[in-house]
Amino acid sequence: MPRKIDESTTPSFARLRRLAADVFVSLRWLWRKTSEPVIEFCIKISGLAVVIFVFLIFLFLLRDSLSLFRHYPLRKFLFSTEWLPISEPPTFGVVPLLLGSVYVTAWAIVICVPLGVGSAMFIAEVAPKPLKHVLKSLVEILASIPSVVLGFLGIIWLGPVLRNTFGVPTGMCGLTGSLLLAFMALPTIISISEDALTGVPKTYREAAFGLGATRWQALWRIILPSASSGILAAVMLGIGRVVGETMVVLMVTGNAPVMPKSILQPLRTLTATIAGEMGETVGGSEHYFALFAVGIVLFAITFSVNFVADLFLRRARK
Amino acid sequence: MCCWPRLRSSSRRKPEIRQASEIPQKCLAARTTGRYTTGVMWLKARVILVSLLAVCMIGCGEDIDPNEPQGFIQVKGSDTIVNAAQKVAEEFMKTYPHVFIAVTGGGSGVGIASLINKTCDVATASREMKPKEIEIAHKRKVDPREFVVAYDGVAVIVNLGNPVDRLTIEDLHKIFTGKATNWGQFGGKDLPIVTLSREVSSGTHLYFKEEVIQLGKKDSKEEFSRETLLLTSSQAIVEEVANNEGAIGYLGMGYLSNRTKSLLIAKNSEFYPADMDHVIKKSYPLSRPLFIYTDAEPQGVVKLLVDFTLGPVGQTQFLETGFVPIGATIAKED
Repeated sequence: MPRKIDESTTPSFARLRRLAADVFVSLRWLWRKTSEPVIEFCIKISGLAVVIFVFLIFLFLLRDSLSLFRHYPLRKFLFSTEWLPISEPPTFGVVPLLLGSVYVTAWAIVICVPLGVGSAMFIAEVAPKPLKHVLKSLVEILASIPSVVLGFLGIIWLGPVLRNTFGVPTGMCGLTGSLLLAFMALPTIISISEDALTGVPKTYREAAFGLGATRWQALWRIILPSASSGILAAVMLGIGRVVGETMVVLMVTGNAPVMPKSILQPLRTLTATIAGEMGETVGGSEHYFALFAVGIVLFAITFSVNFVADLFLRRARK
Repeated sequence: MCCWPRLRSSSRRKPEIRQASEIPQKCLAARTTGRYTTGVMWLKARVILVSLLAVCMIGCGEDIDPNEPQGFIQVKGSDTIVNAAQKVAEEFMKTYPHVFIAVTGGGSGVGIASLINKTCDVATASREMKPKEIEIAHKRKVDPREFVVAYDGVAVIVNLGNPVDRLTIEDLHKIFTGKATNWGQFGGKDLPIVTLSREVSSGTHLYFKEEVIQLGKKDSKEEFSRETLLLTSSQAIVEEVANNEGAIGYLGMGYLSNRTKSLLIAKNSEFYPADMDHVIKKSYPLSRPLFIYTDAEPQGVVKLLVDFTLGPVGQTQFLETGFVPIGATIAKED
């Protein structure tokens, strides 16, 4: 029933109130009509921005590293085994740095994959529910330890321990870095493989138990293989993390630019080289461009690792 | 008008929620009766904010004499000097409270590079600028001016448990180029030698390379042994030497402590310790000046800082951090 309002006798604030309410309602209507396309546009822009940023970073890296090869032969950069940036004339051979990164990464993966997949299996399949929750949050805490703190621990504690255990001349060696990096990659590997394991359909488990499989048989022969592509993706992402990590390796691996023969030897990685030397290069010098060239080698590695991980993840979803 | 009743009913249920339709009324009420607490609080908050702002502005504007120096100075460079520079900066900021100084390390190369890149006002360096760097600087329209601020000895340190206590420059050359790899060759235990160096950005690295690795010959092609560990700071060298019986490293005198042992060094036959006396007399073979660089002739607050550093208070800070003030050597030479 419509209300009767006598305009002449209504106090002015009631009229004002009515006007304000009408404005409010019409604004709301306008917002409802227009908000959808506006929000959609914003999201589209931010999605595109990521792609554009990656592309621009790549272009920037490429441009600056190509400037190096105008003065310095590409063949020498790729095959020389010496990295002597401040000698006269300088030698920029990426091989020892690349091998340093490969050594440290390979050992870190050897150490952290069994540990990570093992604990993911435990969390996903074996642990009772309360323990599961505790473990999951502990893994997240593990991920939040700053790398510089780990590096400090490496110098003060892990290095001397390794030196005494293995009887090597110095604890500042590749293995110290590998151990700390393994520790840093663990959270990534654990949480992604745990997701993959939990994602295996319940029916598989039930079928296995129905056929009389023990818990271990079901886990090892049925669940693990069906989650394998997710686990591989986890491992690849772990590798990506380890290859790109800088602070820890800069602090504990000794940074000697040798051709590494063993993991128990000081070595120098790609990331540590960039971080250690970038500060002193004058923009536009040969050394500066050489560090960009090192950067593009690093970018190529992490890009391909992430690409492969993505392929596996996609297969896991199918 | 269809939503009118809904608005009314909701206002009856939750009267404290501000509704668009009530706003004009509220503002009126806030001024007169104070019944609508939210409105009054808004008003109060605004008054407080405005007065706070006003106090801040008065506070900042009040006691600055326009003649008093104020500004911001970025000091970057040598890790050898960084502790002394920090102390000088602190004293300077006590004297001139409106000048802010940020001191960072990273190595002499970092300081010089940022002077050329124009990202710092004062560069500290434990080596001279190379001719090539000066050439690049001029190309970038930077005109570096050099000031000697103190003298330093590059000390060679080993673990406290190492029986070796003296080495010649020749021995150091063999050790750091990798020609000698066992302490047994120098009268020590049968232990492999672990050589520690600073990163290539360090001025001390370059100085050591010129004096020890290349033995002062400009055309020498000798390099640090590839096995040499390149550490990122002098403190990291102290840590490794203190923990590792086979390690040997070098650093500025300012980093000497009782956790490591500093070696006696000889150029020809006389061995001298790395201490202030022998750096003053220039008998310690690895002595060098420490520099600061500015772009063009220093002006304004930068000039104040340079004068302060070279003055008595600044020089005292260098003395206290373990360096030799500039006055000392000149006095001895006379």
